[in-house]
Amino acid sequence: MPMEEQPHFRVPLSLLLFLSLFLLPTSFSSTHDLQILNAERRIDLTSHIIKVYLTLKVENLGTSPASEVHLAFSPAEAEHLAIVKAAATSGKRKKKTYIPLDVKSAELPDGPNGTKFFTVTLLTSLNKGETATLEVLYILTHSLEPFPVEITQSESQLVYFRDSAILLSPYHVKEQTTFIKTPSTRVESFTVVDPAKRAGTELKYGPYEDQPPYSYSPVLVHFENNNPFAVVEELEREIEISHWGNVQVTERYRLVHAGARHKGAFSRVEYQTRPDATGVSSFKHLLAKLPPKVHSVYYRDEIGNVSTSNLRTDYRKSELEFQPRYPLFGGWKSTFVIGYGLPLQDFLFESPDGRRYLNFTFGCPLTQTVVDKLILKVVLPEGSKDPTAVIPFQVDQHLEIKYSYLDVIGRTVVVLEKSNVVPEHNVPFQVYYTFNPIFMLAEPLMLSIAIFLFFVASVSYLHADLSIRK
Amino acid sequence: MAASDAPNGDVLIRNAFGSVLAFLILLLIGVLAFSIRLFSVIKYESVIHEFDPYFNYRVTQFLTKNGIYDFWNWFDDRTWYPLGRVIGGTVYPGLTLTAGTLYWFLHSLNIPLSVETVCVFTAPIFSAFASWATYLLTKEIKGVGAGLTAAALLAMVPSYISRSVAGSYDNEAVAIFALIFTFYLYIKTLNTGSLFYATLNSLSYFYMVCSWGGYTFIINLIPMHVLLCIVTGRYSSRLYIAYAPLVILGTLLAALVPVVGFNAVMTSEHFASFLVFIIIHVVALVYYIKGILSPKMFKVALALVVSIGLAVCCAMVAVIIALVASSPTKGWSGRSLSLLDPTYASKYIPIIASVSEHQPPTWPSYFMDINVLAFLIPAGIIACFSPLSDASLFAVLYIVLSVYFSGVMVRLMLVLAPAACILSGIALSQAFDVFTRSIKFQLPSLSDHSHIDARDASSENVVLDDTIKTDKNEDTPKERMTKRSKKKEKEPVEKPPTKFQIKKRLSVLPFEASIIAVILLVLLVAFYVVHCVWAAAEAYSAPSIVLTSHSNDGLHVFDDFREAYAWLSHNTDVDDKVASWWDYGYQTTAMANRTVIVDNNTWNNTHIATVGTAMSSPEKAAWEIFHSLDVKYVLVVFGGLVGYPSDDINKFLWMVRIGGGVFPHIKEPDYLRDGQYRIDSMATPTMLNCLMYKLSYYRFVETDGKAFDRVRRTEIGKKYFKLTHFEEVFTTHHWMVRIYKLKPPKNRIRGKNKKSKSKTSSTTTSKRKGTRRNPF
Repeated sequence: MPMEEQPHFRVPLSLLLFLSLFLLPTSFSSTHDLQILNAERRIDLTSHIIKVYLTLKVENLGTSPASEVHLAFSPAEAEHLAIVKAAATSGKRKKKTYIPLDVKSAELPDGPNGTKFFTVTLLTSLNKGETATLEVLYILTHSLEPFPVEITQSESQLVYFRDSAILLSPYHVKEQTTFIKTPSTRVESFTVVDPAKRAGTELKYGPYEDQPPYSYSPVLVHFENNNPFAVVEELEREIEISHWGNVQVTERYRLVHAGARHKGAFSRVEYQTRPDATGVSSFKHLLAKLPPKVHSVYYRDEIGNVSTSNLRTDYRKSELEFQPRYPLFGGWKSTFVIGYGLPLQDFLFESPDGRRYLNFTFGCPLTQTVVDKLILKVVLPEGSKDPTAVIPFQVDQHLEIKYSYLDVIGRTVVVLEKSNVVPEHNVPFQVYYTFNPIFMLAEPLMLSIAIFLFFVASVSYLHADLSIRK
Repeated sequence: MAASDAPNGDVLIRNAFGSVLAFLILLLIGVLAFSIRLFSVIKYESVIHEFDPYFNYRVTQFLTKNGIYDFWNWFDDRTWYPLGRVIGGTVYPGLTLTAGTLYWFLHSLNIPLSVETVCVFTAPIFSAFASWATYLLTKEIKGVGAGLTAAALLAMVPSYISRSVAGSYDNEAVAIFALIFTFYLYIKTLNTGSLFYATLNSLSYFYMVCSWGGYTFIINLIPMHVLLCIVTGRYSSRLYIAYAPLVILGTLLAALVPVVGFNAVMTSEHFASFLVFIIIHVVALVYYIKGILSPKMFKVALALVVSIGLAVCCAMVAVIIALVASSPTKGWSGRSLSLLDPTYASKYIPIIASVSEHQPPTWPSYFMDINVLAFLIPAGIIACFSPLSDASLFAVLYIVLSVYFSGVMVRLMLVLAPAACILSGIALSQAFDVFTRSIKFQLPSLSDHSHIDARDASSENVVLDDTIKTDKNEDTPKERMTKRSKKKEKEPVEKPPTKFQIKKRLSVLPFEASIIAVILLVLLVAFYVVHCVWAAAEAYSAPSIVLTSHSNDGLHVFDDFREAYAWLSHNTDVDDKVASWWDYGYQTTAMANRTVIVDNNTWNNTHIATVGTAMSSPEKAAWEIFHSLDVKYVLVVFGGLVGYPSDDINKFLWMVRIGGGVFPHIKEPDYLRDGQYRIDSMATPTMLNCLMYKLSYYRFVETDGKAFDRVRRTEIGKKYFKLTHFEEVFTTHHWMVRIYKLKPPKNRIRGKNKKSKSKTSSTTTSKRKGTRRNPF
């Protein structure tokens, strides 16, 4: 039986998502043995990638030691959740150290209305009465809904953000506060859930005390966000290893401005003469962070070079600043290809067991972009065997064969696919494979034999008499 | 002669070295031809150029994606909306098939070059082939030296470079090779009388027919040469073998090409070949009969045949004339007619006249395009006459005809270029031959060491000359022998009678004069090389879709066309129709992948006139025309902001003319003030209210406050106006391309109210605005 518990503060009637709150039977005890003493949430809405920093102070009330803490997400959040990271903190203030914790998606039977769970495994289990502090970072994408849906060139972009004032949690929360940081001071409206107040670019919800598990109080924040909503609908990165000393990377982007759609005319004269007042939500610059020692960089699309790019290199990193062919307004799309070469010795290593491995960065080199679908292809040299990919998170993997310059048996391609990729996914991954260097000589040998045969054929043709008449 | 053994070995080695050297030189010429055309890639980028190449590129993409059978049946609904175009049946497929074959070949070797790369480099590759073909052709005419010189000249002749730089993916790129190679095979057949070469010749002709409409040049030039040979008493069985199979096989093969089809036997351009075909048979018959009859009998037969033959001929001529006269254009297509009568096109067909490359060339363009070759050609012609052979007669005829044609149309300068190179090659090689020989005979040190050591060193010029002469004459047949033995004596024994037999006259010039002449010639050639490299690098490499300009603060790139096309391709619906002047049709379909109303194919004059009329009509009428054509976007090219001269305002009078040619309510004088085309305050109201003016200059005044047009170098006439039926949806960074969207039709009653209101308001606002709102 669902039991509605009316909060003692004001809640607008127009709530879209009003979850019933459950008081659950005691079948699954471990969730209830824990309680959250203090929860602090900081939601960063300054870009279209929403970062939520959650600090939880957990106490074990039960008798048995608890080693797992569950995090709950509403279905809408879970759908747009790009990454969840957790860390245990120890020490105070300046000597604070973070130890990353293992986070796994989990199924709990008692979640109401399709609530999704993640389980954080603690380093040491909590005994009765002990407390632990967890830092959780999770990132949401596509969670800002433009409203109005279509804007003209001179308007700025307003978006809705929906969340709950109260932390959705399977545990009893004693005290909690939520801070929402907006990009500018312009906030059209926000749901007031007392005590809630706004100061500058910050909205503060709370502190709320003694919330039972699965409390939910939807809030809607309507605010201005003119940050570029750069979304790569599909990114295909092809990393081709040549044992002759080069790693060639080709990245095919399909970029879209996912903010409020552009409506009506686009006037170049306004865009050029009053850059501050028109097209504020549009963007024309993109920045790609590439590895150092990058060479032969190109930037083009299907109809040729795009002549607006700038490469800065130093010994630590390379930055490619470039512009799409035209400024991107809401709903406008663009496709392009970036390619570059890298020195092999920086990325290819030999493991102790004699296998080789490529150590490369996953994710998208563009800053501040969401990738809806990332396809990463590692093209191993012809003749490589037993490829395995080692990657710190869940991705779809399969193998393909690719034929390139003068290949006979084809090159093995390790394909890694992941959806909803954010800059936090830019972590190294490895692809291990075995390779016999003799294969490097296959193609030069083939060529020399072909040329040799050609000469032999020519010589024999010149010396043979093929005429019928003698 | 005395020491025939020792020189024999010497000669062999020298020949071997000579052929290896010739081979190496040819290889280098090929490399030169290829690499001189890469300036466009190095200075700009590897991209398809200009207008027509984009169409060819798109067709090639289709071919590589869908295969040959779909290609033949391809109905393109992206162009000439709502008519469409049957591409497979209306395109010369040679270029596309060549690049497609190249692409398939590379991919069968797993070399993953893109279609674009293959297309970009097709032209330079075929330029190398063309220079080798020139070598072969000139060698047949005047020997190896002339061949090599001609090949080197052709490898870098600016006229040909202009059509075959990397990225210039047009029919001419492969057609010039096919043209020269067909001529080579014809001359080869003529020199050898081999049916093998005759067959190859037909195949090569077939390739030419596939590649370019200019094949009619071949099928008229060769009959003319045959006729000339017959008239000058040079008929031989070799001539028959060279010609008869070409007409029969060539015509059959040509008819296989869908775009030619029955035209190969039905249009007047081909009639000359059939006529000569009949004549050569009559002549062959006469020669045959002459051979078997006694002279007396022959005279009787001749009288008989001539009287009957005249009657038959008269009848046939009458029939042919009747046939030709019954067709409306007298069996000649417009382009061919404008060849014969240079004023034809500008008089009757504005759409042909409006293309700049169909205009007659100016004198500077000759200097630009063939440079010093223009002065060497006469010398080459003279060289061809001493001695005159069938082959050199052909060269003379070729140059004469191509000079005439190039005078009619700039485009045909391209046909002139190989002829000019061949004749200049001959001239240069002969001149060098004479001068170096003169120097050689007069250098005592050289002559001492050379092959006449057995002789007493009396060093009398005449004697020396004689020995060398005999030596040389010994050489030549030997050379021919070795070559023939290489070819396994496939060639019949019959040789061109005049080729190497006639002894050259003794021609020794004074030593100093020779030296100076050689130096001058080298300087001349050096000047040619410098000019060619300059032309290749500076004049002919710009891809025209991306423009650059140098100024104090560095290089400026104007990439507006692609910006607009990319915008169209990504941000409009895939089935939207885009209207623009026909120049941009091919590019829009290829780069933006949107349906266009008219394109560079210009096969339907009425359709183009409709677009021209819309552009020259006032806004409302234009909207109605475009709306009836289902157009969603209108694209105009405007150069007024950055000073890009070939924009739509400058082409506008052609739109008026072509539009007015079909729709008489568009009258050219309405757009001209006292016969002058102007857009400033003196312009006519019709001009200032037409759609093209409005779309080009919409809100232009807000850029600098004065609306100064940098192309026309004047302030525009009407600065403040509003658009009621169109809406600006995109303008590129430098304003070079502006795209407007047709506003949706309004509710009728409201529309009426609005219209009357907007009419009054627009007249008042234009005044008010002028005083009130000046942003600067």
